[in-house]
Amino acid sequence: MAIATLAERAETLSELLDEIAPALADVLLDSRIERGELTLRVHTPTVARVLTYLRDEPNCQFKMLVDLCAVDFPEREQRFEVVYHLLSLKYNQRIRVKVQTDEATPVPSVTEVFGAANWYEREAWDLYGVYFSDHPDLRRLLTDYGFEGHPLRKDFPQTGYVEVRYDDEQKRVVYERVSLRQDWRSFDFLSPWEGGGLLPGDEKAQGAAD
Amino acid sequence: MAEISLRNYTMNFGPQHPAAHGVLRLVLELDGEVVERADPHIGLLHRGTEKLIEYRPYIHSVGYFDRLDYVSMMCQEHAYVLAIENLLGIEIPERAQYIRVLFSEITRIMNHLLNVTTMALDIGAMTPLLWGFEEREKLMEFYERVSGARMHANYFRPGGVAREMPAGLTEDIRAWMRTFPKVLDDIERLLNDNRIFRQRTVDIGVVSVAEALDLGFTGPMLRASGLPWDLRKSQPYEVYDRMDFDIPVGKHGDCFDRYLVRMVEMRESLKIMTQCLDQMPVGPVKLQDQKITPPRRAELKRSMEALIHHFKLYTEGFHVPEGETYAAVEAPKGEFGVYLVSDGTNRPYRCKIRASSFPHLAALEFMSKGHMLPDIPAIIGAMDVVFGEIDR
Repeated sequence: MAIATLAERAETLSELLDEIAPALADVLLDSRIERGELTLRVHTPTVARVLTYLRDEPNCQFKMLVDLCAVDFPEREQRFEVVYHLLSLKYNQRIRVKVQTDEATPVPSVTEVFGAANWYEREAWDLYGVYFSDHPDLRRLLTDYGFEGHPLRKDFPQTGYVEVRYDDEQKRVVYERVSLRQDWRSFDFLSPWEGGGLLPGDEKAQGAAD
Repeated sequence: MAEISLRNYTMNFGPQHPAAHGVLRLVLELDGEVVERADPHIGLLHRGTEKLIEYRPYIHSVGYFDRLDYVSMMCQEHAYVLAIENLLGIEIPERAQYIRVLFSEITRIMNHLLNVTTMALDIGAMTPLLWGFEEREKLMEFYERVSGARMHANYFRPGGVAREMPAGLTEDIRAWMRTFPKVLDDIERLLNDNRIFRQRTVDIGVVSVAEALDLGFTGPMLRASGLPWDLRKSQPYEVYDRMDFDIPVGKHGDCFDRYLVRMVEMRESLKIMTQCLDQMPVGPVKLQDQKITPPRRAELKRSMEALIHHFKLYTEGFHVPEGETYAAVEAPKGEFGVYLVSDGTNRPYRCKIRASSFPHLAALEFMSKGHMLPDIPAIIGAMDVVFGEIDR
């Protein structure tokens, strides 16, 4: 089987989109085909319904939930995006479904639709603090027992807040606040010639112009 | 007679158990010797790879991918560089594609050798491990010759591979390929009809196709259940579409079938490697675009422009156009995917790593319920889990 070009993939995906768009018209916010990948943006409360439809509809047959993850955009009002990647083995196609939520609003769990979602949702809850309603067992997954905070949020520092070491006197591992030997350095490598923006030393000229 | 109260027995399996394949803490609830509930506690090897990647230019992160699943290194680099190349919209030279495929298959054999033999070790067969690791060592030597590192190769780069293969490597790989099938025969002769091995694996951890799909199984785990699904065939990348190979499938979806699928896959990998070596054209091994790949070392000494390119590439890196992509490869353990979100700067905005054995381990409770405690090592062994990638 030859490798499908981007244009061919986009074409089959737009056919697929034409088929599913009418059925999902009331929940579909936006759909895009970019780089040969189809992305649907749907209403958050209806995500389980959409995924069930995509799984069972004879023309879709997206039987496998390949991946589920959250992305954090702190500047948006609804800061989290939950992204579902589905795979149809029958038609050899992939689709991406996105919903948006904020810190307080829960996303309906899809564990009933795809068994694989269980751990993925636990992971998203652990790392981002996205709450999934009706999840059977929403415990933390990857972080330490008793960990506080959600480490993959953009406002969580890369160094974290606590560090552990073995204390020889107490004969156990103790938790302490992170102390850095030198200040955290974040280099700005972005070239001022390519990115636009203000050149260093140009602030005054900018002020005079205003 | 006094009423006897029976209580289930809760037991910790790991995190320092030799059959846990790393740092798995498994809380088992046992009724006698029958597993009632299995609750894997993972994250003991969590290093925050996804967070680290968000703070570094794109090329600095290739090394993190070696360290995820530390027995199938190059396959994971592959998914990451494919994602970057998708976003950049670049096409790499043909020779680089062949080298990538060649080393992906070497990696597959390395991974399966480790998995099959350690699974046998968990069940009580020591010899396959010794034989298999001797071969792994030779494969790591090929890794070392091509990249300078035995394991953490950092060899696949956006735009191609890091450097040309050294002279004489292809002949040595061919020579090794002539001797390797005999080792596979030997291992199969030890295990296939071994009464103990069969008793411990046949009909253990059975998963049907429908269940496997629901649980998100990929790779040999899905194929052992009987579905011929392989990304190298169905969604070919690089030059896999030119390769002639078969996809082995199992029938029963038990641990023994998973073992058999992996054994056959190694032979299929040899086929692919032979074709790669036969068809490999001469030519550049990386893109000649100095904004993405570094200039030649010798040029740095003479050309000012090359020096600037080199400096800019390794400090600032390249800018990736805004967008998102999901790139997946058929890693030895299953589908390994990278979901990359770019905001147009030199660093990824988000990089989600879809670890191939993550959904497999998540299904451990499902697979082990009702089995005996000694079946747990067989199930975990046949699942092929490595905690570097599960915990990330």
